[in-house]
Amino acid sequence: MPELGEDIEKATVACFHYNIGDHVNADDDIVEVVTDKATFNVPTNVSGDISNILVAVGQEIEVGQVIACIDEEKNYESEIQ
Amino acid sequence: MNCKVIDLGIIDYKEAYALQQKYAKEVLDGSDQVLILCEHPTVLTMGRLAKESNVLYSKDKLKEIGVDVLGIDRGGDVTLHAKGQLVAYPILNLANYGKDLRKYLFKLEQVVIDLLSDFDIVANRLSGKTGAWVGDKKIASIGIGVRKWVSIHGLALNVNTDLNHFAMINPCGLNVSMTSVSQVLGRDIEINEVKQVLIDCFCSQFGMKKGQ
Repeated sequence: MPELGEDIEKATVACFHYNIGDHVNADDDIVEVVTDKATFNVPTNVSGDISNILVAVGQEIEVGQVIACIDEEKNYESEIQ
Repeated sequence: MNCKVIDLGIIDYKEAYALQQKYAKEVLDGSDQVLILCEHPTVLTMGRLAKESNVLYSKDKLKEIGVDVLGIDRGGDVTLHAKGQLVAYPILNLANYGKDLRKYLFKLEQVVIDLLSDFDIVANRLSGKTGAWVGDKKIASIGIGVRKWVSIHGLALNVNTDLNHFAMINPCGLNVSMTSVSQVLGRDIEINEVKQVLIDCFCSQFGMKKGQ
């Protein structure tokens, strides 16, 4: 999960916009997280197929935590934080 | 920076939401940032953390009185919108303000506090309870949604709202009483009296000038 601001260390997973196996393009929002009063959509910075999702809806996650893995078109895996 | 101020008057919630999406795309593409002002006919909106138990009326009762309950992509719990409540939806690129959700919420609170100060009302923050408060009563609710660091949703300030409407909900899940500008001042204040002050306080807080 990316940094969302000073003093924000955690957020809760609200929903996924894609599932495992879906193709995503760089800059697509793949997951929405929520703090107490704000939702934030987390984009991927690479294109490829989502090979794994490592967090669940309702789960509290920390800044820097890996959310999903994407099998890039260049055939190596990237982790989306 | 210029701020494009768009006054939609009284508008259905879903229509205003569609316009927020439209302007968010334009702001992301580099257009001037936008401040949408409006009022909504009575509606309940459920933020991502909303608990159904905080809606106190039954679904049948809400249907009978014609009040929709909408699930939406903002933070926070249940909120009520109704006529007499000034709603402000800033469509801002938060990259201009340090990409910090908490600081942005703090600045929105400050807009309301400054605005109310213009009416000689002392409003405060309450620790851990985002919004603006007069004593222990809530006068403005705040909740935002952010995509590509562009904000939608915003703040709702009770100006001359019929506060009886709030019996439908447990506002923000907090078991609090709501108040309004009119109630605090003990006289009827019209939305239009508040709009220009809000625009001025908003532009000042976010370092913008009102554009065309």
